[in-house]
Amino acid sequence: MGIIKKMKSKFKKKRARIGIYGPPNAGKTTLANRIIRDWTGDAMGSVSHVPHETRRARRREGVTINANGSSVTLDVIDTPGLATKIDFHDFMALGMNEEDSKRRAKEATEGVIEAVKWLDDLDGVILVMDATEDPYTQVNVTVIGNMEARRLPLLIVANKIDLPDSSPARIHGAFPQHPLVSVSALEGQNIDLLYKEIADHFG
Amino acid sequence: MLMKGIQMDLISEDKLEGMTSMEKVRLILDEVKSGKILVLEKGLTPSEQNKLIELTMVEITPDNFSGIEIESYPVKHGSSFMGKLLGKTTVKTRLTVIGPADQLKTIKKDRDMISALVSTH
Ligand SMILES: Nc1nc2c(ncn2[C@@H]2O[C@H](COP(=O)(O)OP(=O)(O)OP(=O)(O)O)[C@@H](O)[C@H]2O)c(=O)[nH]1
Ligand SMILES: [Mg+2]
Repeated sequence: MGIIKKMKSKFKKKRARIGIYGPPNAGKTTLANRIIRDWTGDAMGSVSHVPHETRRARRREGVTINANGSSVTLDVIDTPGLATKIDFHDFMALGMNEEDSKRRAKEATEGVIEAVKWLDDLDGVILVMDATEDPYTQVNVTVIGNMEARRLPLLIVANKIDLPDSSPARIHGAFPQHPLVSVSALEGQNIDLLYKEIADHFG
Repeated sequence: MLMKGIQMDLISEDKLEGMTSMEKVRLILDEVKSGKILVLEKGLTPSEQNKLIELTMVEITPDNFSGIEIESYPVKHGSSFMGKLLGKTTVKTRLTVIGPADQLKTIKKDRDMISALVSTH
């Protein structure tokens, strides 16, 4: 490699920091795991049907994605699910004992605060929604409003399209001004399309 | 006769405009924690929404307060005539309903209508 080229690659513009956001249980970590596994071979974090599984933000640096003949290198941050309410009884209803439920609720509140704080340090957001759920929520409105106010790129992922009652169209109807990809993070449908959109919007 | 029920406060845009972000967030949380439903004529800015979420999380306790239910419409990208001339798009926040999570439940929502259920415990 020539010296100029070497310098260029060394001092190339800084990597984009992309946060994966959304309500609890939307499939953020499942998606992050898939992205990280596809491009680095590692994993990101644990997944559960119990909400607020992720209670600390996690950053994976230097994930290079090749799509569309272009290549982008990202720092990927998997964030705790955002919520305006957390009730420990909900965890008990899923079979957790009272002590664990209360601890999980406490950690979850801290995780939400951490996720909100991370919004200040990002270059873009992947907003993951469960396409079987109502998209008109305060969490979605808040994340989108933050990105719009900062004029930062946002990509909506309508997840869980493997489920029969999923409706990406409803999500598009709610937020028509933003690009959207419909995927199944679990089964892998349309993941190539997601990489293409990532390369387009965060490159 | 003493009437039992849930108090609902409608806060005007004028009043909201005279308040700082922290005052708004404090007012909302104090009122909601005392069991009231609030209707704001004008919504919160994204950074005020962040503050509200953060402070709500700080105040959640296992036995007294499990958080808030808050509903507003997706922002409207109103570009006023003047805005268009100046090349600005204004992000307009709209009517917002806020209440205790255990008493206010959204039934249905779309771009232009919010339908909610208020319970008396
Ligand atoms: N059917 C289906 N289930 C999915 C899909 N993606 C995730 N899930 C499931 O949804 C549940 C939540 O997944 P997570 O990846 O932990 O969700 P999260 O958004 O990280 O949740 P928190 O960390 O709690 O905020 C798990 O049971 C996943 O297996 C999908 O594409 N299809
Ligand atoms: Mg997670």
